[in-house]
Amino acid sequence: MSEVVTPEKVRIRITVNDTAHDLLVEPRTLLADLLRGELELTGTHVGCEQGVCGACTVLVDGAATRSCLVFAAQLDGATVRTVESLAGADGTLHPIQQAFHENHGLQCGFCTPGMLMGACELLERTTAPEPDDVREALGGNLCRCTGYQNIVKSVCAAGAALATERNGQA
Amino acid sequence: MSTVEDRPTTATTGSPREGERRWIGRSVARKEDPKLLAGRATYVGDVMLPGMLYGAVLGSPHAHARIVSIDTSAAEAIPGVAAVLTGAQAAELVNPMPAFCAEPVPQTAVAIERVRYPGEAVAIVAATDRYIAEDACAAIRVEYEVLPAVVDPEAAMAADATRIHETLDSNVAFHRVLDFGDVEGDLARAHTIVRTRARWHRMCASPMETAGAVASWNPFDKSMTVYSNSNFHNFLPWAFAGMLGVSTNRMRMIPCAVGGSFGSKHFITKVLAIAGALTKATGKPVQYMEDRVDNIAANDNVGCDRIYDAELALAEDGEMLGLTLKIVDDYGAYFQFAHGQHGNAMAQPTGPYRIGSLRYDVSCVLTNKVQQGFFRGAGADPGNFVLERLVDKASEVMGIDRAEIRRRNFIAPEQFPFKTPPGNVYDSGNYAAVLDRALELAGIDDWRAEQERMRAEGRYLGIGLATCQERTGYNASEWWFLYDNPPLPATSTPESVKIDVDAMGGVRVEVGCPLWGNSPETVVSQVVAEEFGIDPADVSVTYADSTTGAMSAGPGGSRLTIMLSGATRGAARTIRDKMIRIAAHAMEMDPADVECVDGTFRAKGAPGTSMSMADIGMRAALFFHSTPEDESSGLVAVHTYDHPYSTPPSDDRKDMGAFYPMVSHACHIPIVEVDVETGLVTLRAYYAVNDCGTVMNPTLVEGQIVGGIVQGIGAALMEEYRYGEDGALDTPTFREYLMPSMHEVPEIVVEHLETPSPFTEYGVKGAGEGGRLVAPTAIASAVDDALKPLGVWVDELPMTPERVVNLVQGAGGGS
Repeated sequence: MSEVVTPEKVRIRITVNDTAHDLLVEPRTLLADLLRGELELTGTHVGCEQGVCGACTVLVDGAATRSCLVFAAQLDGATVRTVESLAGADGTLHPIQQAFHENHGLQCGFCTPGMLMGACELLERTTAPEPDDVREALGGNLCRCTGYQNIVKSVCAAGAALATERNGQA
Repeated sequence: MSTVEDRPTTATTGSPREGERRWIGRSVARKEDPKLLAGRATYVGDVMLPGMLYGAVLGSPHAHARIVSIDTSAAEAIPGVAAVLTGAQAAELVNPMPAFCAEPVPQTAVAIERVRYPGEAVAIVAATDRYIAEDACAAIRVEYEVLPAVVDPEAAMAADATRIHETLDSNVAFHRVLDFGDVEGDLARAHTIVRTRARWHRMCASPMETAGAVASWNPFDKSMTVYSNSNFHNFLPWAFAGMLGVSTNRMRMIPCAVGGSFGSKHFITKVLAIAGALTKATGKPVQYMEDRVDNIAANDNVGCDRIYDAELALAEDGEMLGLTLKIVDDYGAYFQFAHGQHGNAMAQPTGPYRIGSLRYDVSCVLTNKVQQGFFRGAGADPGNFVLERLVDKASEVMGIDRAEIRRRNFIAPEQFPFKTPPGNVYDSGNYAAVLDRALELAGIDDWRAEQERMRAEGRYLGIGLATCQERTGYNASEWWFLYDNPPLPATSTPESVKIDVDAMGGVRVEVGCPLWGNSPETVVSQVVAEEFGIDPADVSVTYADSTTGAMSAGPGGSRLTIMLSGATRGAARTIRDKMIRIAAHAMEMDPADVECVDGTFRAKGAPGTSMSMADIGMRAALFFHSTPEDESSGLVAVHTYDHPYSTPPSDDRKDMGAFYPMVSHACHIPIVEVDVETGLVTLRAYYAVNDCGTVMNPTLVEGQIVGGIVQGIGAALMEEYRYGEDGALDTPTFREYLMPSMHEVPEIVVEHLETPSPFTEYGVKGAGEGGRLVAPTAIASAVDDALKPLGVWVDELPMTPERVVNLVQGAGGGS
């Protein structure tokens, strides 16, 4: 149970992209707004605020989660990952990002962070998804630019790249 | 007025020829990607300024009402609220929104006295966060006197219909009948006339990012800085400044990364006015982003909403003689871009065919709905739908195979440049080759066999076919040239870039357009690489704000690659020529004997004698006295590329002139299965052969085409604004306004043929809209083909399950 400090604020301890935060949040503050506002992680985008488009998808304790449908106050003790956690500080793209780049899996880039985080969750389960597995996992993420074909291709290619990487390390 | 024959082609201007090119035509990796993938691009909603406030809008719950009173006192009392403005108060801070219409249809960003569509802004708020701003909206008390809502566009035309604007004599804001060629003669001598009454409903672009602006007013020097996702910051910044009450030379508009537009974010005057009024009221920066409901309900940029009564007259052998189009177009409550969508449609109403005459009878009608703007296709989209439906009908009625009737009527390769009945010119094409390749690619015979097999099982497979034009490279004159006495003369809709080579030989390009989701950085890098023989990865690209004087109309009308290619090549050539002169001077040679190869300036025939870009860059930057006498220091060039071929309309409007002459072409063959019980249409496969001239970057062009096709699937099957009888919008969120997801998309196979444009640099044509311009009518044709045993005729989109079931039942089919 979260600690209620004042009637207006709730204390949460939350780890975002490996950084621990101890925060006082309003009960109604959405995770998306906490990330984009106070935490200044604007890579997570908000497309509809109604949980339909999936642009705001982040990982909460490893699960792909629409950050516009979750209150920050629900997340005491949670671990959150956003798109900012993927690329290296030296500019090295994560294999999933690299696959989107190589397969033209993005155009305007607004839905992309949500697609990438959804793909992270899927590829954690399997690195050899069939196109239909990708459609199942990301079918709730809307993209208005690409027509999806290259997104599906990107995620499958990313799986192959991750499998190679993991085998190489094993 | 110049004729087609007068037009000089670019063949003489020294473009690298096909086969000699190194970078143009290659799938160069997209330069824009890394920042977008990393979440490091700055969209307007990511802009944070010190002390920034957040705006919100209270929208009207009624389609049509008089505002009796507004009480903002409770809202103002909420801690954190900095300003609450009614329409009248906002009007003291900013001016009405600029419009291209000649008719008196004034529009303010916040309604005054009367609301004319559901969602129209009634009051606006600025507060320390968006939550508080929305609390304040909820606390505003508005008393309305509800007025009758005008929903049906044909009923709206009646003389006694409730008037949307008292400033007009009727709700028909614009009506015009234009005849080109001998329409009556062609109708009289026709052997067969096919007719359709077709309905194309309104849709919206629905970019994943809504429209927004951050405005910051400086009351001390009366300047304003505006970040936004508008595309017109370097085209019409003066119009925005006028609206915001700021001197044009004290207005700075800064482009942001844009989360998609598809035509809907050119002007976005409303968000600019709302943020502008609130920053003026508070003296602090204000961000206003539409939420999704604002965007769907009140974006001012929905697509066409048309009823067509159309007829195609044919000779006995299937020769298409004449086309008549009687169009009622529901423009909604305002008229910002006037009849521009019909100016646009005038580019290609007769399609790829040698149709000799055209009657275009258009009524632009005002109703209590959000107004039209531009959405990918921009007015030509329903035209393609209707024309191809008529051709299919003629094929059916006359018993001529649908590919054959098209082939018989195609403009032949030797007939280009071809002047169409309304006057627009098509540059080049080989339509029969595209059709033949599409039929081959789709493997039509195999699908016909599959269709037979499935019919035996009681299943309905359909093979669609559509062959359509995609006019590219627009000229903004189309927004006003249907007027007899246009308020404005013709324009050239220019585009510019600035290139500089620094002292170490580094090449920078500054573009005037924003990053709208397409690939300006990649395109200009490819062109620079082509001209200098350097690696496109080494070219740096930045975006100009409105204080640089850049001329740019940006992406729109499938123009950007055409225009950026021209601008970049011009600037690159200016600098390259200067570098050749400097190198020749240094090497004591004649400039004619120096060439630029692989980024090195060397003596022709003696490559050992050479200078690097850095050698010349340093000399130009610092050592004026070691350069030719008549050269100034530095290597900087701005090149403005004006529309490559536009001519003004004739005074009698019998010839609208050339205004959209780079014309791409495509043939699409979708394969669908229709479930006659549920009405569900499922795409099984999709084949597209496209000719957009020289393909600048095959991967990126294919991305545009596939993305457009999927929007076309939305147009064909699901996207639609629906209104209740009281004018309430029944589709205000993504739960009701449905768009394709991954589940609705089949494998799409795209191929290219290349017929270069003689009018542009490198022969490029545009490719941004073709997918959506062709797919809806191709899919309609597929559904018809599937249900042919039932005698179904599709003349209304989208083909929702409900409509398909009704069609099947109406045709007496189904069980």
